[in-house]
Parts: sequence; structure tokens; C-alpha cells
Amino acid sequence: MSAVTQQLMETDELSNDLSIRTDLIPIFIMGKKYDVPSTLTIQKALEYAGYQLIRGCGCRGGICGACATVYRLPGSPKINVGLACQTVVQPSMYLAMIPFFPANRAVYNLDELKPDAQTILEYYPELAKCMGCNTCTKSCPMEIPVMEYISAAIRGDIEKAAEISMSCVMCGICAARCPAELGQYNIGIMCRRITGKHIKPRAEHVWEMIEKINSGRYETGLNELINSEVQNLRKLYVERQMEPHTGPEEWKPDSNSYL
Amino acid sequence: MGYTPELLELIKRVEKTRPQRVARKKAGEEFPALTLDERKVRLEKYHPDYRDGALRELKVGPSKGYSVAQEIADQFEARSRIDPDRIDLNEVHYETDVLVIGGGGAGTAAALMAEEAGARVIIATKLRHGDANTMMAEGGIQAATKSWKDSPYFHYLDVMGGGHFENDPLLVKTMVLEAPKVIGWLEDLGCMFNKRPDGKMFTLHGAGTCRKRMHYAGDMTGAEIMRTLRDEARNRMKNIGVLEFAPAVELLLDEKGSCSGAVLYNLETEEYFLVKAKSVIMATGGSGRLHMQNFMTTNHYGATGDGLAMGYRLGIKVRFLHATQYHPTGAVFPEQSEGLLITEKVRGAGANLVNIDGEQFVFEREPRDIESSSIIRECEKVRKGIPVPGQKGKFGVWLDSPMIDLLEGAGTVEREFPAKFILFKRYGIDISQLPMLIYPTLHYQNGGLEYKPDCSTEIPGFFVAGEVGGGVHGANRLMGNSLLDISVFGRLAGQSAGMFAKDRGDIGALSVEHVRQYHRELETEGIKTDRVSPMILPDYTTPEVKKRQWTTKYVGSLR
Repeated sequence: MSAVTQQLMETDELSNDLSIRTDLIPIFIMGKKYDVPSTLTIQKALEYAGYQLIRGCGCRGGICGACATVYRLPGSPKINVGLACQTVVQPSMYLAMIPFFPANRAVYNLDELKPDAQTILEYYPELAKCMGCNTCTKSCPMEIPVMEYISAAIRGDIEKAAEISMSCVMCGICAARCPAELGQYNIGIMCRRITGKHIKPRAEHVWEMIEKINSGRYETGLNELINSEVQNLRKLYVERQMEPHTGPEEWKPDSNSYL
Repeated sequence: MGYTPELLELIKRVEKTRPQRVARKKAGEEFPALTLDERKVRLEKYHPDYRDGALRELKVGPSKGYSVAQEIADQFEARSRIDPDRIDLNEVHYETDVLVIGGGGAGTAAALMAEEAGARVIIATKLRHGDANTMMAEGGIQAATKSWKDSPYFHYLDVMGGGHFENDPLLVKTMVLEAPKVIGWLEDLGCMFNKRPDGKMFTLHGAGTCRKRMHYAGDMTGAEIMRTLRDEARNRMKNIGVLEFAPAVELLLDEKGSCSGAVLYNLETEEYFLVKAKSVIMATGGSGRLHMQNFMTTNHYGATGDGLAMGYRLGIKVRFLHATQYHPTGAVFPEQSEGLLITEKVRGAGANLVNIDGEQFVFEREPRDIESSSIIRECEKVRKGIPVPGQKGKFGVWLDSPMIDLLEGAGTVEREFPAKFILFKRYGIDISQLPMLIYPTLHYQNGGLEYKPDCSTEIPGFFVAGEVGGGVHGANRLMGNSLLDISVFGRLAGQSAGMFAKDRGDIGALSVEHVRQYHRELETEGIKTDRVSPMILPDYTTPEVKKRQWTTKYVGSLR
């Protein structure tokens, strides 16, 4: 029973039970025809058809990249792509999942990397083979302009490559479709990690706080709280000063105690 | 696609009250928060944990007599997947220093730290490495990093208040003190937190926080952390091996009673394998896929509470499993997105919750259990919920996201919530212009296995990290403390287990005697069942299909 079905069963509205729905449409799962409710995602349609998924199913929320799917619709040669958990079924779609794709991935030591074009090309020399066909961009279910970040990486604009690729879920469809055999998503995360570590300025306030913690500054206050009665804790909790929602970054509480 | 005409008509009522609500917010006026006493009443009257029949007293095991959610009790009052008399304990397939069970955030952080402590590590995971609730955490990670206005002291108070002052104080102290170190560690690994040009990290309020200490990476903070940790583990593949689609189903002891490995199940070949290890870290995460009280869930596919069942059978007590967290804002429309998490950061950024008449009925930054109870009350008692189209008897309330652009400037919603913005756009809904229809959804396992601040347990060699553990959040976790929990205790578990492995002498003869004993206890208590645990994967097969599945006997929920 799907989560949806279970939730519905609770409401004694049995007519909503997916198993006796009337709005069925045909879809072809790896060439085999099944009739499924028209409002379901591909993932729920697979389960409705009777599949128990092992591969090709992770977060079920469009972020883990486990359920890369390709499909074609009647009357068109176009190969469409989508995440099975996010894409709604369409009549007579032919679909197959790509739960794994063996893309190339370089092993590197982040501490030693220099943030320049040389570095990226050294670890991913196949970048030079990119022919600018833009198939990667057309096949991204997250609508990332993949080729733009690949171009940025080739130019050595690592920060740009990081920004453009930020919402990549690493589903691998770009790599599966790339005629130059790049593993775009692995190149993307390398650019993001280089940016996070070597290009963006460090958050000094974090490291200042770590020093303060290591100096033992907060031990006394915390131990007071640990040893205090619940009644007192509740009082301190209720009386704690709230930073205003719209207050400025530099806002300071009235008292310096326990800071 | 997009909203139905009926819903678009109702949205006009929200739009009508929006200017006044935005003006009040800008003037610093908030909807009055409930007092602690009012909170208590609201929980007892409307929270699903308090419904009749929600909990059941355990008849077996180390926490016998304690009442936990029915669905978890089912996992405890079940037999092992393996027959202790059939398993050949002499045939060991893998040997390692540290075995990490679970490939999510806690497990991966643990693997990295164990490796740094000099250990060889194996991560065994049910799905792919990284397919975990960590990946789905959106809003952010709490840490007191701004010393001019915040400190671990205030973070401690917030955590305790959120957990109704029942949390394990030493675990809380550890978490708030380690928090800034975790942020520094993640920055050092190349995590791209949202920063100002000078490097200062942006921080926001979360529900129940007194200071803005929620650090974030867009609305995909968990994904950013998870993929970074996973990438780093892959760089260290020489010492960190990963076994995917190979969930652990039972723990192994040696004759002296120290944890010494686990039995893994290859989901594709249906074989079992033995891993012998000097120490074991349980990091299997939560249990939303058990669908407590048939609620929809935000959890990933593998969240079936496996580690709870294995750890409990090993003899580890559990706590706070009477408290399940319902996230206030799960999408209920369109149908395809049902159960999907809408990050609390939306409310942190100022969006109100409003009823069918566009009226605010609760302060949007109450702790999660209070917020959820208030939404349930508004729909069930006050009867001002919005009917969900096509699903008679189901209601939701509006989460007024367009307020955010009015408060913080046009384009904020798209910039700060890129993942949700795209997702709803796909369904024809622009969430910077239109509110989202939401209802509470099963989200988090507040409790779990008992562990100490160094992640050790009553069983030598057995460590616990992340959502599978219980105590640090008390009966209710605050937003931004789960990514923190998995990072802090993942790291500590890795260090502790790495050191334990280094100091441990030879492993004695392997044993599953504890499984035999557990089975005997089930029989003694008269529990006759064909249930097996861990569940491994949920079963969403429809009754129609089931009717035609004529195979003589299935074991558990897995075919």
C-alpha cells in the first residue's frame, strides 16, 4: 500500500483508494504495458504496477538523484529525462530507469589543490573533449545549464562552475548522454569543494568561537544549567532575550552574561 | 496543472490579509506565542502521540514495560531474519577495524574520523551511499558561532526548551560545544554555506531559537553536507570501503560479549555475509517509513528503523521512542508532491501559517510539536482548514511564502529556496506569488538507542550515532539540530570507535547467542508472530496486486 493510500484509508473514503481508481492510463515500463492512475509520479506508478523498488529509489523527494529516468512519448523521437519521484506519468510513455551509471571520478586531496584551470584539467583531462553539443543541459532534470558550468570549469572560472552546479543532485543523466564521455557531476562537486575551501573567504567568526570554546569559556555557564532544577531552567528559558526577526546582523543582547 | 479554480479563489482571502500581516512583521509585532502551560495543553489535546492506541507497552527486551509507538513495538516484537542455528560463524567474508552500519551523514562522518584515527573502515548501507535523511534536510544546521550575540549557553537553553526539559543534559552540552567545530570542519571540507562577501556566514532563526544561528546552503543544506562528506569518503577509498545495497540485519558478539561485527544481506543476490570488526557504529537513522498511525512521511525510502531493532536485540535500552516528530509543513497539494517536506526555513524567513479565511492562528516559530498540534487543531477543532481537492475528508492550511519577497525583497524566495521553487514550478505553482497548502507529516524519530556523550553504549565495541540514538533532543527536536546531531555524534563515534579498535586485542569466537536468547524471551512472553525485523524496505504493493501474488510464503515485507 502506498503512503498515499494508507493516509486515505484512514479517512474511510475508500473511493479514493488507488487500487480501485478509474482514471487509468497506459504506460510502458521497459516496454511492458501497465495501466496506472494518471496523477501518479513515475515512481508511484511503478509501485502501483507491482514493482518493489530496490535500486532507483532513495529520498522520494527530488534531491538524492537515485531515480534517473529516460522516456519517450509516442510520435516523437525525442528522449526525455526526469527523476522518477518528481515526474508525472503521461499516456503511452515508454520509460526505463538508469539507477547507476559508471562515470569517471578522480581521486584527489582537497588540501593540495590550487584553484585554477590547470588543476581541473589535470584531474579531468577529458574536459578538453567537450564539443559543446549542449546535450548535458538538455538532459538535466534540475534544469541546470550543465554545459555552462563545464565551460566555466574549462576556462578556470571555478567559482562560476560551483555556483551554476549548486543544485545538482548527481543523478548522472548528463554523463549517460554525453558523447565526450565526461562525468559532469563529479567535475561539478570538485569545483564546489575547491570554491568552498580555497576561494570563498573563511568565516572567521566560526574559528574565533572555536577558540573561545577551547579556552573553556562556557564551561561554568553550561554546568550551572546542567545542575539547575527544571523550575529554574524553565524560568531562564522563558526569560531569555529573543533576537528580533528583522534585527541587523550586528544586534547585541542587553546583557553580556554567558556570551 | 497548478492550483484548481476553487483554491485560487480561496487564495484571494490570503492575499487580502497579507499586507497587514507583512506590516505587523515589519514593525516587529509577532503573533503571541503560547506559554509553557498552554503548550502542554495543546500537545495533550492535539498531538498524534497522545491519541488512544498510539503507544504500546513493550513485553520483551531491555526496556520491557516502556511504551513506544505501536509500529516500533512491532519491530521489537519480531524474530530475526536469520536462523541462529543455520548461520556459519566460521566463514567470515570481510574483516575490518571499524564497521559503520548506515551510509548517511552520521555514518559517513564517523567513517572519516575513524579513518583519521588510523582505522580501516567498511561502510555497509542499504541503498546507495548517501541515500539518507541527511540528504533531504533542507533548512540548516544550528551552531552558536557569533560570539557577540550568541553562545553555547543559549543554544543549550533552546535545545532543552524544545525538548520539554527532558533531554539528556550531558549529550546536549556535548552537542552545543561541538557545534561550532562542526561548522569549521565542514567549511574546511569545502561545504558551500551561504556567506557574505567578507566570509561571514548568514544565519537565520529557526522555531524555538532565541538567536539566529541556523547556517545554511540554500534550501539544500543536508544535500550539500551529505555530498561533500561522501565525496571526501570516496577520496579516501583506500581505507574506507563502501558496500551498497547490503544492509546489516543482525549484530555479532564475541564470546566475551563485545560487539564484533554484523551479518549483512545482499539485496540483489539474497546472500548473507559476515563482517568481523573490532568496533561497530550503528548509524541507520530513523523510522518514518514505518508510517506511524498511517501518516504520510518526509523520510527517505530506507528509513525503517533497522538499527533500533538490531540494537534492541543486542540489549541496548531505548528512550524517547514514545515521542514521534510530525513536521508542521508537509505538502498536501498537488498529489504528486504529497508528504514532501517544506523546510521550516520558510517560516524562519517570516512566512505565516493562515487558515481558510486568511487568518493567522499560531506563531510560526513555535517548536515543531506545538506548531503541528496547532495545525491539527485548526483543521479538526476550529474547522477552518482548506479542503484538499480530490481528497474528501482531508484538510490543510496555507503557508504564506509570498510574504518573504515582501519582507526581504523580490527574488528572495527563488534565491533562498531554489529546490522547492523549481519543484513547485514543475507543477505550475510559483511559490513566490502563491502560498503552499500544507499539513503535518511524519518527520523524525525523536528517541532511540541509549548512548553516552562519546557515543559508546552498554555493550563494549558498540557505538551509536545520529537519529537511531535517543536523548539529545528529549521529546522534541528543534530545526537545525538533526544535521548538527549527525555531524557532532557521527564525528565522535568515529573517533571513539577508531580508538576502541586500536586498543582492542584479538576478537574471540563469534556468537549470535543474544539472538537465540531474544527468541526464547519472545516465546516465554507468548509472542507468536511471523514478523521479522529489521523490515529493510517498506511494501507499497497495492491490495489488487497482492491478491495475485500467489507465492507460498514471503518473509517480512521484502519479496
